[in-house]
Amino acid sequence: MARAAVLGRLTWRVASVVEVRAETATARTLLLDVPGWPGHLPGQHVDVRLTADDGYSTQRSYSIASAPGQPTVDLTVEAVEEGEVSPYLTDVVGPGDEFELRGPIGGWFVWRSDDPALVLLVAGGSGSVPLMAMIRTRAATGATAPFRLVYSVRTPESAIYADELRRLAADGAVDVTLVHTRRSPTGSARPPGRLDAALLESAAWPAADAPAVFVCGPTGFVEAAATLLVAAGHDPARIKTERFGPTGGAR
Amino acid sequence: MSPEWTDGNALAGPLGEVFAVDVTTAIGTCVGCGRTGLVAEVHVYAQAPGVVARCPSCDTVLIRMVRTPDRVHLDLRGLTSLTFPL
Amino acid sequence: MAVVSRGFRGRGRQDPALPPGQYLTEDFPVLSAGPTPRVSLDTWELSVADEVGRSRSWSWAEFQRLPVERFTTDIHCVTKWSKLGTSWEGVSLDTLLADVETSADHALVTSYGGYTTNLPLEDLMDGKAWVAFGYDGEPLHPEHGGPARLLVPHLYLWKSAKWVRRIQLLDQDEPGFWESLGYHNYGDPWREQRYWED
Repeated sequence: MARAAVLGRLTWRVASVVEVRAETATARTLLLDVPGWPGHLPGQHVDVRLTADDGYSTQRSYSIASAPGQPTVDLTVEAVEEGEVSPYLTDVVGPGDEFELRGPIGGWFVWRSDDPALVLLVAGGSGSVPLMAMIRTRAATGATAPFRLVYSVRTPESAIYADELRRLAADGAVDVTLVHTRRSPTGSARPPGRLDAALLESAAWPAADAPAVFVCGPTGFVEAAATLLVAAGHDPARIKTERFGPTGGAR
Repeated sequence: MSPEWTDGNALAGPLGEVFAVDVTTAIGTCVGCGRTGLVAEVHVYAQAPGVVARCPSCDTVLIRMVRTPDRVHLDLRGLTSLTFPL
Repeated sequence: MAVVSRGFRGRGRQDPALPPGQYLTEDFPVLSAGPTPRVSLDTWELSVADEVGRSRSWSWAEFQRLPVERFTTDIHCVTKWSKLGTSWEGVSLDTLLADVETSADHALVTSYGGYTTNLPLEDLMDGKAWVAFGYDGEPLHPEHGGPARLLVPHLYLWKSAKWVRRIQLLDQDEPGFWESLGYHNYGDPWREQRYWED
């Protein structure tokens, strides 16, 4: 049984933006200073609450992108078209701006660096964010559990953290397979298409290795990927999923 | 599959205001069908005046929660018990 | 207490014509406590039962033969959005209750899928409530409560039970799904009756 994180009750804190970093044309990472931040496990998320000056207030959840122990808590936000919150975070927010934040949240969809099991990460779109936190934590802690990432994206330019993943792959820290669903890189051997059984077989750990599996992304992607994984023989009890809900990246 | 629900990870934030431990790693038993499983795997409907968690097998309401400005109202009667790892 | 975030404008807009604390919306948010019931019109049934157990019910075909009203009204959700000038088509509760002889004061409304809400019987009468099956000139979509939903626009929208199947008249008030968990028993948006303590 997974150990629960004994946290104390969650309360709202004030986060201030230290820096913003463009990741793709539609995604941006916010580096936040959160006084009193208790630390987190990779895979956890935060709730962000925005209040307008007329008192209108709304909340969304975002996965933490950074490894624990860094000076900032980083969130990578993908702007959802016609979204109410994400375009504000990707287009308007800048250093010095503040909002309320609650976390870290979630004790199940987490990876602990003392777990020696092989790890298979399956990401769809901005589902890569919590999985990147896991990859970064592995690097920061010097953990040696072998990692494989299967990352489904629309086009080469929509892959978040592309440069960092290339570097980590070259260093042997993680095997990365990108799956392009709308447009493949020029000269790619594989035409654009969704993740399928054959690709999973070539890119993922075999089920017989009993990897810990983490799947994250939009609901439809998670359902499809989980179905493929179970069909390939992975034990459903070893597959952890996190779906992004009806409001795009929000829950 | 109904696309209107999200998974039990969505309970962790709201219930984290009440419980000092993370609730998603707890195991519960559905009072409707007897299915035992992780809270992380329940079906959560959070686009509502409150949060409703339902059994992934039989849709019985397991947990209901309403957050008002200064209270949390919590109904857990859909679970016969909750077991928390500590 | 809340930290205001510079430059953040929500989708909702304030408007002096709205009930207190509400924001105007142009879209039509879908809120639900559970999966959308898929009710076949072949098996759909609406029943009205009185406090001594007499009931009468309508099949979809029978229901469609009742007098229909087309009307425009404003709707207010307790989650703070309001939508003005919404157009509906439905059967008045006055029609459905016309042959009911009762001394009951309360009603409990039940939906396909198990949702419930309660209201005083008088809030269902005298042109204040309908069972609506058309919205904006089209059949009511399942996500908004179709085939038919209760519509009681003078109260917060959680009282307008989607996928309505039964209206039970009662001598004793019985709090429904949200009323039993912190939401106001009556729910008048103009007096901002959102929660028990209001």
